[in-house]
Amino acid sequence: MNAHELIRSSAAVMAAKLASGEITSVELVQAHLDRIAAVDGGDRGVNAFLHVNTEEALAVAADVDARRARGGSDARELHELAGVPIAVKDLIVTIGQPTTAGSKILEGWMSPYDATVVKKLRAARMPILGKTNLDEFAMGSSTEHSAYGPTRNPWDLDRIPGGSGGGSAAAVAAFEAPLALGTDTGGSIRQPGAVTGTVGVKPTYGAVSRYGAIAMASSLDQIGPVSRTVLDSALLQEVIGGHDPQDSTSLTDPSTGLADAARLGNVKGMKIGIIKELHGEGYQAGVENRFNESLELLRGAGAEIVEVSCPNFGYALGAYYLIMPSEASSNLAKFDGVRFGMRKLPAEGPPTIERVMAATRAAGFGDEVKRRIILGTYALSAGYYDAYYGSAQKVRTLIQRDFAAAFAQVDVLISPTSPTTAFKLGEKLNDPLAMYLNDVATIPANLAGVPGLTLPGGLADEDGLPVGIQLLAPAREDARLYRVGAVLESLLEAQWGGPILDQAPALAQTAAKEAK
Amino acid sequence: MSVDTILSFEEAMEKYDPVLGFEVHVELNTKSKMFSSAPNVFGDEPNTNVNEVCLGLPGVLPVLNKKAVESSILIGLALNCKIAEHCTFARKQYFYPDTPKNFQTSQYEDPICYDGWIDIELADGTVFRVEIERAHMEEDAGKLTHMGGSTGRIQGADFSLVDYNRSGVPLVEIVTKPIEGAGSRAPELAKAYVAAIREIVKNLGVSDARMERGNVRCDANVSLRPYGQEKFGTRTETKNVNSLRAVENAVKFEIQRHGAVLDSGVKIIQETRHWHEDTKSTTSGRPKSDADDYRYFPEPDLVPIVTTALWVEQLRSRLPEPPAARRKRLQADWGYTDMEFRDVVNAGLMDEIEETVTAGASAAAARKWWMGEIARRAKLADVDPAALGVSPAVVVEIEKLIASGAINDKLARQVLDGVLDGEGTPAEVVEKRGLAVVSDDGALQSAIDEALAAQPDVADKIRGGKVQAVGAIVGGVMKVTRGQADPGRVRELILATLGVEG
Amino acid sequence: MAAINREQVAHLATLAHIEMSDDELDRMATELAVIVDSVKSVSEAAGDDVPATSHPIPLTNVMRDDVVGHVLTAEEALSGAPDAQDGRFKVPAILEES
Repeated sequence: MNAHELIRSSAAVMAAKLASGEITSVELVQAHLDRIAAVDGGDRGVNAFLHVNTEEALAVAADVDARRARGGSDARELHELAGVPIAVKDLIVTIGQPTTAGSKILEGWMSPYDATVVKKLRAARMPILGKTNLDEFAMGSSTEHSAYGPTRNPWDLDRIPGGSGGGSAAAVAAFEAPLALGTDTGGSIRQPGAVTGTVGVKPTYGAVSRYGAIAMASSLDQIGPVSRTVLDSALLQEVIGGHDPQDSTSLTDPSTGLADAARLGNVKGMKIGIIKELHGEGYQAGVENRFNESLELLRGAGAEIVEVSCPNFGYALGAYYLIMPSEASSNLAKFDGVRFGMRKLPAEGPPTIERVMAATRAAGFGDEVKRRIILGTYALSAGYYDAYYGSAQKVRTLIQRDFAAAFAQVDVLISPTSPTTAFKLGEKLNDPLAMYLNDVATIPANLAGVPGLTLPGGLADEDGLPVGIQLLAPAREDARLYRVGAVLESLLEAQWGGPILDQAPALAQTAAKEAK
Repeated sequence: MSVDTILSFEEAMEKYDPVLGFEVHVELNTKSKMFSSAPNVFGDEPNTNVNEVCLGLPGVLPVLNKKAVESSILIGLALNCKIAEHCTFARKQYFYPDTPKNFQTSQYEDPICYDGWIDIELADGTVFRVEIERAHMEEDAGKLTHMGGSTGRIQGADFSLVDYNRSGVPLVEIVTKPIEGAGSRAPELAKAYVAAIREIVKNLGVSDARMERGNVRCDANVSLRPYGQEKFGTRTETKNVNSLRAVENAVKFEIQRHGAVLDSGVKIIQETRHWHEDTKSTTSGRPKSDADDYRYFPEPDLVPIVTTALWVEQLRSRLPEPPAARRKRLQADWGYTDMEFRDVVNAGLMDEIEETVTAGASAAAARKWWMGEIARRAKLADVDPAALGVSPAVVVEIEKLIASGAINDKLARQVLDGVLDGEGTPAEVVEKRGLAVVSDDGALQSAIDEALAAQPDVADKIRGGKVQAVGAIVGGVMKVTRGQADPGRVRELILATLGVEG
Repeated sequence: MAAINREQVAHLATLAHIEMSDDELDRMATELAVIVDSVKSVSEAAGDDVPATSHPIPLTNVMRDDVVGHVLTAEEALSGAPDAQDGRFKVPAILEES
């Protein structure tokens, strides 16, 4: 197998080849580093990576190869994914690599500690290729709000890769990494997955530790896997999931048997619910068509498809845009130029600490971050709390009740992941509200804490761009997503004659990746 | 800085009725911090008792210290509070460089303890009930040192340095309901209230309760109203009142200052005041731009606390005897008069005397030593009697030596000197210094003969029946034996030598 | 609910410690007015009998034992600091007058 074919394999296949000795981890990591060098840099590069971790990734790979070569317990104790490289969203802190959160305010900052998920990657000896681009502090749906330039969609370099985790999704879609970590607060794993033709999962809230993910909205944030296949996401969630005593909201009883569920792949007799409120009007025709095809495929595989109504989902976007900025305004208060990150003195007047903080935050934060901080400050301020934050928390209860009622009738829910395919860079940049609407189908899961998965459902007729199909399951039932997702994935691959990503255009060689 | 006009306390009290309120912050003595596993230790090198959580670095999350919760419940129980069955944390948001996250994790709508009371006994025995509004959990801030300028104060500083060692230390904030009816006893009540809180948390073992280290910190609210008026006047909150005496003085000063302001027809501004020990006065505090809007909201990174009856009752069973009840019991057991007992309490020697009595000394002897010789030496050394270095065991041993006749009171004082000089146990000091009472009659007899020969006229007087003159001969013998004789035995021998009936 | 205006935005920017120029305040007020208008239906969605949800998955009593864990060295603690002196974080004067 040559490097071209190798980097297009799934992580599970890479792992099998490493285990059999057909390839080494150093070869595998080097093939990805070469791919990053070939397609990520320059004016027309994907720009998925903010930092490439060449030295450390190769060192970890060499260590895995050495252990495998030694054989015995050293080899036996290697994790299934040992030696398979991964990219990490730059919202997740890492020792030895800068963590920027896509913001100027953290430029050059080096964390003195590792996120729990990063510790788990290290324990599994998965080489970390680098840190991926994102909308600043994960605030956005296009990765255009990154302070380090937008990421481009590998399907069409003039289009957005979704956001906030556009870097992780694009890296996986462009074969720069087989796996990546994302974070999902309102759809930041799933919507980029949808528009780049990749798989992404937001696990049940608390199934994966948030310790070390720079918080946007604590009660909504969740780290999850990004991959090209459903099984790969399941394998990765098994690596990063599990109880963490450093996260008070971490579950003690998260879903297990995820990869087994993906391998089982059987929907016979399962009831799958279409959410009446999450398709139809406002959804692109090509998206709607692919969605309906997926329903037919599942029905053909023996699932019963029914329609359910979640009448309060109409309030979800509004509630989200009150809760998320409220929590974000508080979580981002610590970025003040005192303990870490940049400090800026006011242009004029005495440089008191208050004014230095205000000047630092003015210079360090981009417009979208400021917008959300001000909005959140407003929603929490005296006289407005009850009407805004308080009401949004009640809507949250209503959304949970809608989910409870729906899951009383069906095993999983299904919807399009995003109302549209990838839009053009700049198209919605100056229209915050239009940008926010991208998350209309993904937000309810965050408000309720339930797990959600997106997988590619084919290409839209009108623009030939990928369409995402979203599956939702009850809290702690992540395994159901993998079980149904794997079935739908294989049915779609049969229909499209192979993985959807095979249809993506080849990327031209770019200028070398510059260090950021 | 202008100096405030104040009324005399008497004049202020003639015209106005004071209403008090206290917010006392108690630092818990847990091993680790409230929400992080960094050590809770006072006085180490700056920024060495910190980890990423209490520094508020990007990505960190809090995890609640169970011991801190239990200590908070114990405080609530000792203050006769109700314990919330369900309570949560909230974020109190304001920007300040000693606050790493720029919000303080605290409790807002649902404190863990609420609706309690405590009876405060004033010096003359009057009992005053103070109602407790709430006691809630929160975290301490770091420590700012203001540099440049002349005073080390925030005013005039060029810059400040921040040490986050204290950041995240568990705090319980105890808030009283408005205290009415204290009248001219208000300053005394203020001091007694804070002293009682300090005593309770120390007795519970949940805080080191050292005010000089800031383990117990008091913010005192004062307002005045004309007598007969029901509505409270505008209050000020005086911060930084960090000794019992300062609490008394600060309340007194604010009453006097309020009185003068009200007399001049001006309204009191609701504000924070700062107490200055050097000038014994308060100044207007830093105006906080955020003070009017803390934007409290439920802390999403911490989950609610649910207290079961079983848990609370288990904690209740661990409550030690309340300090006031203990005092009553000990005074009765020891048979001290009110004044004797109060002196013991004020000297801070109740624990030492209790231990001494438990170890076998009589209550009278324990009091004699601790309030006498030990207190006297402590005063000379300018330390607390309890900190002088004399243990209850030493007192008991000295008492035993006296009772056995091995030493007398005068020698006992020398034994104490020896113990304090590090010469060993009392028995060892007696041995090393050769302090034992001379009880060899032969040795005494020659000393007596010598003394009688030196004062023949006195010897004649005694022979003539003036037995009381024997004292002069006893004195002579004691002088010759350097005090190491038993005066009673000496007297017997003198009389026997002279053939006189005692 | 009243729409958000420029003065409010200025006050909020002060609370949030973000310096804003006049132009920015104008722009922000316009944008936020649109957003606030779009979310206002939320305040009418739920009745008084609906409880608030602050955590998506209900958990209680997550506590740790009182055991000391790791610490950072002062060097590590200060490694990202914009300014430091004598093992401590250095910050500009808190009050304006000197």
